[in-house]
Amino acid sequence: MTLSLFLVQTLNGLQFGILLFFIAAGLTLVFGVMDFINLAHGVQYMIGAYLAAMFTALTGNFFFGLMLALPSALLFGLLLEFLIFRHLYARDHLDQVLATFGIIIFLNQAVKVVWGAAPLSVPVPEILSGTVVLMDGLLYPAYRLALIGSGLAIALILYILVSYTRIGMLVRAGATNAPMVSALGVDISRLFMVVFGFGAMLAGFAGAMVAPILSVEPGMGDNLLILTFVVIVIGGIGSIRGAFIAALLVGLVDTLGRIFGPFLLRLIMDPSAASQTGRALAPMLIYILMAAVLFFRPAGLFPVRK
Amino acid sequence: MKPLPEPSATAAPPLPASRPGFVRREWLPIILFVLLALLPFAAMLGPEKYTLSLVTRVMIFALAAISLDLILGYGALVSFGHAAFLGIGGYAVGILAAHGFQDAALQVPVALLASGLFALLTGAISLRTKGVYFIMITLAFGQMAFFFAISLSAYGGDDGLTLASRSKLFGLSWLENDRFFYGLVLALLIGCYALTRAIVASRFGRVIRGAKENPVRMEAVGFSPFRYQLAAYVISGMICGLAGVLLANQAEFVAPAYMAWQRSGELIVMVILGGLASLHGAIIGAAAFLLLEEILSGYTEHWKLIFGPFLVLVVLFARGGLLGILARVRGKSGGGR
Repeated sequence: MTLSLFLVQTLNGLQFGILLFFIAAGLTLVFGVMDFINLAHGVQYMIGAYLAAMFTALTGNFFFGLMLALPSALLFGLLLEFLIFRHLYARDHLDQVLATFGIIIFLNQAVKVVWGAAPLSVPVPEILSGTVVLMDGLLYPAYRLALIGSGLAIALILYILVSYTRIGMLVRAGATNAPMVSALGVDISRLFMVVFGFGAMLAGFAGAMVAPILSVEPGMGDNLLILTFVVIVIGGIGSIRGAFIAALLVGLVDTLGRIFGPFLLRLIMDPSAASQTGRALAPMLIYILMAAVLFFRPAGLFPVRK
Repeated sequence: MKPLPEPSATAAPPLPASRPGFVRREWLPIILFVLLALLPFAAMLGPEKYTLSLVTRVMIFALAAISLDLILGYGALVSFGHAAFLGIGGYAVGILAAHGFQDAALQVPVALLASGLFALLTGAISLRTKGVYFIMITLAFGQMAFFFAISLSAYGGDDGLTLASRSKLFGLSWLENDRFFYGLVLALLIGCYALTRAIVASRFGRVIRGAKENPVRMEAVGFSPFRYQLAAYVISGMICGLAGVLLANQAEFVAPAYMAWQRSGELIVMVILGGLASLHGAIIGAAAFLLLEEILSGYTEHWKLIFGPFLVLVVLFARGGLLGILARVRGKSGGGR
């Protein structure tokens, strides 16, 4: 184990955390402001990836593909909101779980019908296809660095939006007490729609950005959705800051745990058993982290509601 | 957080004031059980093996759904990791069988003990949280169990474990007979239904329901809801573990997929689809879910394109699930929510 391996894995963890943050940001707002459990948020990430794959293939350029995929993902999210979700805001959580579960089942199958069951791949854009020398003997793919950079930029923009603009103020107020915001004369259903569309677009953006490094396939959002829930629960539902910190935490713990867990286990077990057990147990780490956080802070690290 | 759902008015009508503690006599569950008991005779006329195996599977999931309804419907404890108990029951059978202990007389107590312990441990931690956080922490424990099962490389790891045969019953291979197995599952379903019905109607059950309506008031009248909720969680986990034992025997196979979060989601869907807080609603929900899946997948490989929207429509237009629809059709007072 060397320093450079550690650095590369830390960067990988950061990159995974940033990806989680894209999805978690929308989910935590939808959850916090509208008190709406949207299990279908993961399929919006999948739709974003498929749209990017399709538009990239059509235009032959990843950036054009991305530019087309983003508004399409936004429109798709707004369409879902208009057709189904807005009828569910007033319902209890169980109805929301059932309906959005139905949407997952439908959309996972629908992408198979439209784009085929085989995974699609998207080429990494040419400008970013090289590697960057970070230090002596430490190469890192440029595209992944760009992903991390864009994530940090978006986190900053979101922070400014939420902290210093009028709409951000309304969102924060909505997360604390939505009925009161409504009573003060704010059109809460329009606020909901803006938040929802924005969240859907961020999830779609995450999907589009990972399309070149992961395979685009049906059901790709399902497991990520669960990780995202872990993130927003650790962070505290409704808190963007909490989502950011928790996303990086989960990304790092998961990635580093997978790599270094076996190393640590080797101290107490024989090597082959250690690598096998370590690989298998590493995915449990973040759930243990989440259970521990909830044990000590039942409302997450940065609780919004008082 | 929004209060968790009220039971549907149609599914669990308020108890008549004159007979507190008594559950209104319901004909629907009796009709259900009679139909299930008569089915093997009808099955002889058609593809018997297929029918029996399908309906046995339905009854096993009905058992799991009932166990979930006990805490979800009556206690508003939304466990999103309930499939873990299915897996624990299944792996108790699979692991013991792999070491040559094939007798249900050992497997069932071990399965019940293991699921009970898991429920006690995770429940004690989970019940500290409320609402959405409870949903998520039970999900976390379910995922831990799932990944732990994958890590059991000695027992098949990711691929799961094929059983050499069904469990023995005191040394006899009766379970190999599909008709006997069907009868056994039906008997267990009726037994657990009666047990949960009795629990719900008992003083213990009323504390659970009271804690759902208003935990503060329950404490004010001198109950500590935590202990009652934990006990209910353990009972629910053990019943679901029993369903896991049966499921492993029915499929003659155990795999980590038994514990996947999608499976837990499906159990919740079954309970809501049938109608919350009625117990037999869970049976109807499980039957509707699995039979619809079976029938639709017979017509088209893209059956999920029909099934998904069906679930959405049930939520949007059929409050109270299938039982709610049934009650409205019969035009009972206060139909629907």
